[in-house]
Amino acid sequence: MTEKPNDLDTVPTQDGLILEEPIEKARHPFMEAWDMFRRNHAALVALMILVLIILGAVFGPSLYGRDPFDMVWAPFTPPGQNTDFLFGTDYLGRDLLAMIISGARVSIIIGLAAAFVSVFIGVTIGALAGYYRGWVEEVLMRFTEFFQVLPTLLFSMVIVALFGASLPMITFAIGIVSWTAVARITRAEFLRIRELEYVTASRASGARDLKLIFSVILPNALPPIIVQSALMVGSAILFEAGLSFLGLTDPNVVSWGQIIGSNRTYFLDASYTVTLPGVAIFVTILCISLVGDGLNDALNPKLRSR
Amino acid sequence: MTEPLLKVQNLRVELTTRNGTAPVIDDVSFELYPGENISFVGESGCGKSMTALAIMGLLPEGIGRITAGSIMFDGQELTQLSPERLRRIRGNDISMIFQEPMTSLNPVYTIGEQIVEVLLAHQSISRKEAWATAADLLDAVRIPKARERLKDYPFQLSGGQRQRVMIAIALACKPKVLIADEPTTALDVTVQAQIFDLLRDLRKETGTSIILITHDMGAVAEMAERMIVMYAGRIAEVGAVDDIISTPRHPYTKGLISCVPHVLASVSDDKQPLTEVPGIVPSLREFGRDQCLFASRCQHRTEQCLEARPKAVNFDGAHAADCWHAETLS
Repeated sequence: MTEKPNDLDTVPTQDGLILEEPIEKARHPFMEAWDMFRRNHAALVALMILVLIILGAVFGPSLYGRDPFDMVWAPFTPPGQNTDFLFGTDYLGRDLLAMIISGARVSIIIGLAAAFVSVFIGVTIGALAGYYRGWVEEVLMRFTEFFQVLPTLLFSMVIVALFGASLPMITFAIGIVSWTAVARITRAEFLRIRELEYVTASRASGARDLKLIFSVILPNALPPIIVQSALMVGSAILFEAGLSFLGLTDPNVVSWGQIIGSNRTYFLDASYTVTLPGVAIFVTILCISLVGDGLNDALNPKLRSR
Repeated sequence: MTEPLLKVQNLRVELTTRNGTAPVIDDVSFELYPGENISFVGESGCGKSMTALAIMGLLPEGIGRITAGSIMFDGQELTQLSPERLRRIRGNDISMIFQEPMTSLNPVYTIGEQIVEVLLAHQSISRKEAWATAADLLDAVRIPKARERLKDYPFQLSGGQRQRVMIAIALACKPKVLIADEPTTALDVTVQAQIFDLLRDLRKETGTSIILITHDMGAVAEMAERMIVMYAGRIAEVGAVDDIISTPRHPYTKGLISCVPHVLASVSDDKQPLTEVPGIVPSLREFGRDQCLFASRCQHRTEQCLEARPKAVNFDGAHAADCWHAETLS
């Protein structure tokens, strides 16, 4: 690299920087954000892995074609012993790879859906509290604090135990206990943005409250909400794993936590049955966190100049 | 004489602060006639902007409120209107442009979308017509290649261009009154002149009345027919711009005028030393006292000034000053 011919007779790195700097041109904010995101290499790699995981979850089960509930081989076949069963089999002789692929689907769907539920509740409550202030804020924030002090796992276990362990109910149970952070962030952003001049200007041009909340303030409040939502997907997946580990899951579908939970008694004899789905959870959540971090780089104006 | 378009009478606005309530606007009355341009002048914190916000019904919620007086606009009492009726008037009959063009446009929408939004909120026209009108409006505020610029985001425009866009938005629904709250304070001097030219021309074309809030005496002399000098929430002096600039009757007005070099002096005149008005505007706690609030900064102060609030003294041609010594001054 240093041997590059250098006719300007300056330090190569500086030269490279000068040459790369384009003439200052106004670019779309989206492109700017993507540029910032791209500069975070860990996030970029994480995003690629995440795309692979999602593609695997969507197309994997039909491509792999083996039913995760079928008992196909001798129980406790460790990975590598039979090339037909790359990840080996569990205590009932089911193909672990098929289970992990199917489990990806459930885990990701629940992760996304639960994150959506909590963002929906959180944004609505935070926006109303931050916009209207006064007694509305007082009531909504006390309500939020009430949910904040509830022991989350216990509360969602109660919901699932009472209303049945179907996927929608599990999603709801996860969403209902994790929206408080979003609500607080949204409220804080609304409190800040509602005082800005363009909001007053919109109001002065006769905008209605709903319009101000949803199409003037909310789009400007989105960056931190997006980052938080990305992280929320990760924690929802983890939460679901926790619930199904405890057996609070739909027995008719496979999820990563459920694989771990059902094999946990055999951990000392066949540790791979627990480790492999555990690694799947670990990698997925790590990737989501890294992408969230990259989004933060991309969307947080305070980090722009770095 | 024609009926006034806007008639403010004995307006009193109180702000709730940690130290109790303070009248930031104290017994202010004025009239605005169709097509007229009046100016509010005064230092920061004199209640100029508060007057504008009171008219718009945009006083800071829970902090500021109108406690007395009336604002009659076009036969309607604005202080009594429901929020919904008031909302319909805002942006349609009365609109406002703000001090900071850099932050007055929403950064996430194109300027076209923002203009169209206002048009659609107040007029029953199709989206397509609204876009055509938006292009015409940008043209009217002299932004070149208007049709293409509609797709620009605010960050792609300069300060002067943004203020032009703000004016386009404010004039979109052909309002009867345009309130310009220090529209050029944040802009370069050359751009200031362009914006004032633009406002003057648009006023000639549309017949919109303009309330110009400023602390720039030069701008007042250039733009307005009548001016109102405000001090500490009260009207200090009111009258035709020419009258006030040639014979200011209130010591505060005098001080303000002598702060500005180019209003009095032509090149051949002897150069007068620039003076300043010593001291600062009193704190909110002192607002509303029964005395002349300017007394602490006034060299003509007497016992009387500290004992009672001065009454308006009338001079020729609707010129009045709230000063105990108005007649003996100048």
